[in-house]
Amino acid sequence: MKKNKWFALAGVTSAVLAFTTACGGGAEQGGENAEGNAEKLSGNVVVDGSSTVYPIVEAAAEAYAGEQPDVKVSVGLSGTGGGFEKFTKGETDFSNASRPIKDEEKQAAEQNGIEFEELQIAFDGLSILVNKDNDWVDYLTVDELKKIFTSGAVNGDDKVKWSDIRPEWPNEEIKLFSPGHDSGTFDYFDEVILDGQPLNKTAQLSEDDNVLVQGIAGDKNALGYFGFAYYVENKDKLRAVPIDNGNGPVEPTHETIQSGEYAPLSRPLFTYVNTKALKEKAQVYDFAKFLLENGAEFAEEVGYVALPQEKYEEQLKKIEGLK
Amino acid sequence: MEKLIDKQRVVQHMNGRLLRNNVLKFLFFLATLFGLIVLVVLLYRIFTQAIGWLNIDFLNNFPSRRPENAGIKAGLVGSLWLMVIVAPVSLILGVGTAIYLEEYAKKNRFTDFIQTNISNLAGVPSIVFGLLGLTLFVRELNLGRSVLAAGLTMSLLVLPVIVVAAQEAIRAVPNQLREASYGMGATKWQTIYGIVLPAAIPGILTGSILALSRAIGETAPLVVLGIPTFLAYLPRGIFDTFTVMPMQIYNWTSRPQADFQNVAAAGIVVLLVVLIFMNSIAIFIRNKFQKRY
Repeated sequence: MKKNKWFALAGVTSAVLAFTTACGGGAEQGGENAEGNAEKLSGNVVVDGSSTVYPIVEAAAEAYAGEQPDVKVSVGLSGTGGGFEKFTKGETDFSNASRPIKDEEKQAAEQNGIEFEELQIAFDGLSILVNKDNDWVDYLTVDELKKIFTSGAVNGDDKVKWSDIRPEWPNEEIKLFSPGHDSGTFDYFDEVILDGQPLNKTAQLSEDDNVLVQGIAGDKNALGYFGFAYYVENKDKLRAVPIDNGNGPVEPTHETIQSGEYAPLSRPLFTYVNTKALKEKAQVYDFAKFLLENGAEFAEEVGYVALPQEKYEEQLKKIEGLK
Repeated sequence: MEKLIDKQRVVQHMNGRLLRNNVLKFLFFLATLFGLIVLVVLLYRIFTQAIGWLNIDFLNNFPSRRPENAGIKAGLVGSLWLMVIVAPVSLILGVGTAIYLEEYAKKNRFTDFIQTNISNLAGVPSIVFGLLGLTLFVRELNLGRSVLAAGLTMSLLVLPVIVVAAQEAIRAVPNQLREASYGMGATKWQTIYGIVLPAAIPGILTGSILALSRAIGETAPLVVLGIPTFLAYLPRGIFDTFTVMPMQIYNWTSRPQADFQNVAAAGIVVLLVVLIFMNSIAIFIRNKFQKRY
């Protein structure tokens, strides 16, 4: 009887072990069929970084598995900052970023002898959104946005009313929604709108953009911002506010974001590639090439805006020169 | 002469006491009901969303940019691989510590100190263990983003829970049994091996499997370690990189496309099934070996 209990303990452990090994062994199919003439590559490609950029690179990695089934591409989402922390130590080949690399991150890379190249892969337009029932906001200027979102910019108080911005608007408090401080989306908004000033303390923060969508859709006095893809998916629940940067109000659309007319809120999305890996590992170069050649298609497919085609070709030449 | 027992007052008091009893009963029932209702709403939402998305393809596909092709295979297999490391490592270390503290160690300042720290460790946020794992296992020991590095990190995370559960189970073994064993001339180890552990196993396993269930549901420490979310291949050994179910779910819920929310729900159902499976093993073992003294 005593023995039985020991068997049970050992049994549970080994059952789990056996099950996993069985699962691991039985499954060895790559994606679609490899296309003929290209040379067969193998090895690892390690990508980490921004969760905003993740869907584009995930799409590329998925399609790439069909072209080069023996190359193992892994894509993580530690966030822009978390990605750079690993990238500048030479632990990853690519680092996705929803903002350009910061000076201190550059220094860290230099100290560790890491050289890198910045590649733009798509555009995102930060959309400013209000509730469907909000019929008074026709457009906002950049200065008005700054006034609303900066802490203490109106009467030294964080409670801002619509009528504080323009007298003809309702005398009701604006409910603000913003992505959390860890997101690259916030970093970008901070840079172009807030100018490094503290964010209005009444703003509700969430790292999950879908929570922001729910919040704005549920409150008539809501005002918030997030990536263009989330707006496109929720057009029936929210209204995007045109933004006036001195040249008249511009609505965020595919065209205005791509042309840069939707300023200053259209932002480029990046991936940084380790130059040494690009030179020494054929699979890293090949994946970078694949990403730039098909970047436009993948960006559009997952809800972002493609760069103009010349831009991709320019960067393809650039990495070819580095090889 | 006043009557010693005033019937009238007794009835009055009785009614008040009975009323109070009923009110409290109702409040406690509401407290129970609240949790249950939330659970039912949650399960209902998840299952209605997951239905139609949960099929063999979902279990057999790798992550994808298209919701209809997305699957949880890499996460499911990865989570089970993680258990291959976490289960033995945390059980051996955890039960070992508990045996030492309960059976061998003398009660003094030092063991008190250890005891307090174990209890405190159980409350440390999981992301801190992620940072520890990143510096120690991923970087110092150079294990990379492997099953082994993540498994060791997760073992540390659940270790305090297992130690405490095992200690409780060992302490619950009646002392007469130990004394009877010593009386027969058995050594300390013979007593532990032959008497204490068999009696404590149901308790140890129940606590341990609940702890392992926690390990299988954690995301934060793995994100810190840099475990990838997209993989189009499976790990073949403990030094390979991998991904787990909660990371897949986390990624799907944050996507803008509504269909990905359904995929996430399907992922949650798979995770729940694995958890229920693990918990039922715990219940099965407990019932099979439970003895009353």
